[in-house]
Amino acid sequence: MSDAILATHGLSRRFGGLMAVNDVAIELETGRLHAVLGPNGAGKTTLINLLSGELPASGGSIRYKGADITRLSPDRRSRIGIGRSFQKTNIFLAFTAFENCRLAAQSRIPRPLHVASDAVAFAPVREAAQCALDAAGLAARADVVASALSHGEQRQLEIAMVLATAPEVLLLDEPLAGMGAEEAARMVELLKKITPDHALLLVEHDMDAVFAVADRITVMVNGQVLESGSPEQIRASPAVRQAYLGEDA
Amino acid sequence: MKTRIALVAALALLAMFPFAGATFYTELVTKMMILGIFALSLDLLVGYTGLVSFGHAAYYGIGAYALGLLAPKYEAANLWLTLPVAITAAGLAALAVGIFVVRVKGIYFIMVTLAFAQMFYFVFHDTKFGRGSDGISMNFKPVATIFGVTPFDLGNATHVYYFVFAAMVAVFLFLRMLLRSPFGRALQGIRSNEHRMRSLGFPVYRYKLASFGIAGALAGLAGYLSALQFGFVNPELLSWQQSGNVLLMLILGGQGSLFGAVVGAFAFVALEEIYSSVTTHWQLLLGATIIALVIFLPGGLASVAGRFKRTLVGGVDE
Repeated sequence: MSDAILATHGLSRRFGGLMAVNDVAIELETGRLHAVLGPNGAGKTTLINLLSGELPASGGSIRYKGADITRLSPDRRSRIGIGRSFQKTNIFLAFTAFENCRLAAQSRIPRPLHVASDAVAFAPVREAAQCALDAAGLAARADVVASALSHGEQRQLEIAMVLATAPEVLLLDEPLAGMGAEEAARMVELLKKITPDHALLLVEHDMDAVFAVADRITVMVNGQVLESGSPEQIRASPAVRQAYLGEDA
Repeated sequence: MKTRIALVAALALLAMFPFAGATFYTELVTKMMILGIFALSLDLLVGYTGLVSFGHAAYYGIGAYALGLLAPKYEAANLWLTLPVAITAAGLAALAVGIFVVRVKGIYFIMVTLAFAQMFYFVFHDTKFGRGSDGISMNFKPVATIFGVTPFDLGNATHVYYFVFAAMVAVFLFLRMLLRSPFGRALQGIRSNEHRMRSLGFPVYRYKLASFGIAGALAGLAGYLSALQFGFVNPELLSWQQSGNVLLMLILGGQGSLFGAVVGAFAFVALEEIYSSVTTHWQLLLGATIIALVIFLPGGLASVAGRFKRTLVGGVDE
């Protein structure tokens, strides 16, 4: 339990009368991929927004490496190592794929006072950007303007940008959404490859993918944790079968 | 490469212009270049940071008033003392306002920048400190004496022309350098997608504040030069019409292009000059021109070269 790099306690978020996230305890460990399942409206994206700082919590706390980060701004959280991707592609459409990743990598070595230096020529940031593009399988598309990339490629770029910020914790909101079979398979490989030295939280609807990569699964329904355990435990859980997986399981 | 040639040609033309010998036009182009600096400063906000300020004249006016207020009654002010003070004062005023305004977005940003500019306007319009609606007339042009040497004469229209020309080129080069730096790249990221920039770990607020301060300082430089050229200042320099005019210059020339900002300022003054010689209702013609331009050339005048090339060669947008 104490191995957790990121842990929440009683985390809640209220929207008016609706408890979108209600008393959630979740733990992420380095080297483990923790998947969150649940029907639409279960509070999965709200959970990611709470962890990344996009939304303030209504109650409960978030601890990262032992420190309370419940009130930190999203940019502070990113800088201390919590990176996130978005369900709805959130990139710089006017920039090339490379510049998208270069800017992301620049956030680690921002050098805002080096006003006389050419940002694009700075090797450490270039290399980090190139690595992220390679990892996401976009190396051949580096010079293409992001708005001209296919939907699947934009999803890959979305992930590449998070990787370029060298995070320790990755919060991935439906990275496979809208991807073709081949792209999805490549993304699953990528997830497997980065899991050993990252702590991952994966929100995903693709069941096959989730069961293929997850070390631990939490099932949410109506903002609450219904069940949490290993993939086998989740598969066997009567509550999960009844509430979520239905007859397919 | 082509743009570089065009730039060099434009620079050469400007450098030789005073040799044409017509003082009226030398002074007119001086005014254009001063407004070019003003438009460049606003372009940093509008075109590169995504902050549409409708109160940028405040900092222009503060730069101008710095000279008006610092100029002694019975002797000439010194350029090298008053100019840094003007730039600093405008920059600090922008930073102070920026602390409040860069937090808000979109239409609210437009409204609060306007509100702050109106506050400054009335400070100069309605207080003893600002000397009221008549403003301040300076009895002497500033001198450029430094260590006992006076390298140029600010009472001479041609010398003022070259001084302003040098200032405009310097501002242009400074902004071009800044926009290539990590800071400038981050600003352009903020313009493109502020939400993602924050999520990537950029302290967006501080970047926007710095941009607002720099833009204010450069506007202050332009205002100072205006006061230097005309020898008087009045509250109209800070008026919302002036803030609107500089926005129109960007729309005319094309925001998000340094070249466009300068072209817009030149075109604005030229149109004003031409139309006002034809009719007293010149604003009507100017307005119609701007509307036509927005409809038929949304990228502004600076986009003409690219469009022309595309029609000829059938190429695509880069």
